[in-house]
Amino acid sequence: MVTQVTSFSRSGLSDWLIQRVTSLILLAYFICLAGILLGGVDYGAWKAMHDTTAMRIFTLLAAMSLAAHAWIGLWAVYTDYLTERMLGPRGNLIRRFCQLGTVLALVIYLLWVIEILWG
Amino acid sequence: MKPTVSKDKRPVNLDLGSMQLPITAYVSITHRLSGVFLFLVSGLMVWALDTSLRSEEGFNSVASTLTMPLSKAILWLIASALSYHALSGVKHIIMDFGIGETMQGGVTGARIVIALAICLAVFWGVVIW
Ligand code: HEM
Ligand code: HEM
Repeated sequence: MVTQVTSFSRSGLSDWLIQRVTSLILLAYFICLAGILLGGVDYGAWKAMHDTTAMRIFTLLAAMSLAAHAWIGLWAVYTDYLTERMLGPRGNLIRRFCQLGTVLALVIYLLWVIEILWG
Repeated sequence: MKPTVSKDKRPVNLDLGSMQLPITAYVSITHRLSGVFLFLVSGLMVWALDTSLRSEEGFNSVASTLTMPLSKAILWLIASALSYHALSGVKHIIMDFGIGETMQGGVTGARIVIALAICLAVFWGVVIW
């Protein structure tokens, strides 16, 4: 049986909503980023832009969204494929390993972005 | 496929391999694959942000790696996967609001996603090369 203790908010309904809200934040962020990069920037402009409070908050928001979005998204993937039915008796153990590794990576990315912005 | 026996006794009766899948199924699984792929390369994205903001040399080194054929291909893959994932994600959300939830609507939506994703992939190709 698949248990949901490793899901993001412990509730399918809030996971669903968080997945959507974070996806829209990521969408807005990546569209802005693409617009900036396609417009062409040099180091000075790029750096100055990321030193503004607004851009810092936006980048932080995007990084937090990425962490939550990927946590929820990969939880859905792992609970579909990394199960006892798919992998045998060690399925649940393997899934928890993967979920743990994923969450660890996401937390490190988030801390990394905070360090980039304020470090 | 024989129903698999496992600790919980739920039978598995659907053998996907034996069926012709509709276009909507391919759009759905590609959304999943692109999502996993994006997670796998998200460390690369954070690294690029870090290096490009750390110093002018860093910024230039990120910019100049992007002139090498392999990095160009990787950047194109990431941009195209992100575009695809975002397009099918938006389709997902539109359908969550109850729009296009019929089979015909699903097929139309899937076709629109594929068409737009190909356009964007070509666009990124032109920009990068
Ligand atoms: C780097 C950024 C992103 C990563 C790593 C990522 C990753 C994922 C993953 C792994 C899933 C689970 C797929 C599944 O269960 O089949 C997912 C689902 C989803 N993604 Fe993303 N995603 C990203 C950006 C976006 C963006 C920009 C959108 C824009 C709309 C988006 C929209 C969605 C939606 C709506 C779902 C939910 C699908 C469902 O409920 O089945 N994602 N994402
Ligand atoms: C897209 C992401 C991932 C997929 C699809 C995936 C898939 C798998 C699969 C299928 C196995 C089972 C191998 C077997 O049959 O023994 C496995 C095992 C394992 N994975 Fe992952 N994995 C992912 C991400 C990760 C991450 C990010 C980590 C940690 C950093 C991780 C750590 C492990 C460990 C430690 C095992 C061995 C567990 C055990 O044998 O008890 N995985 N993975």
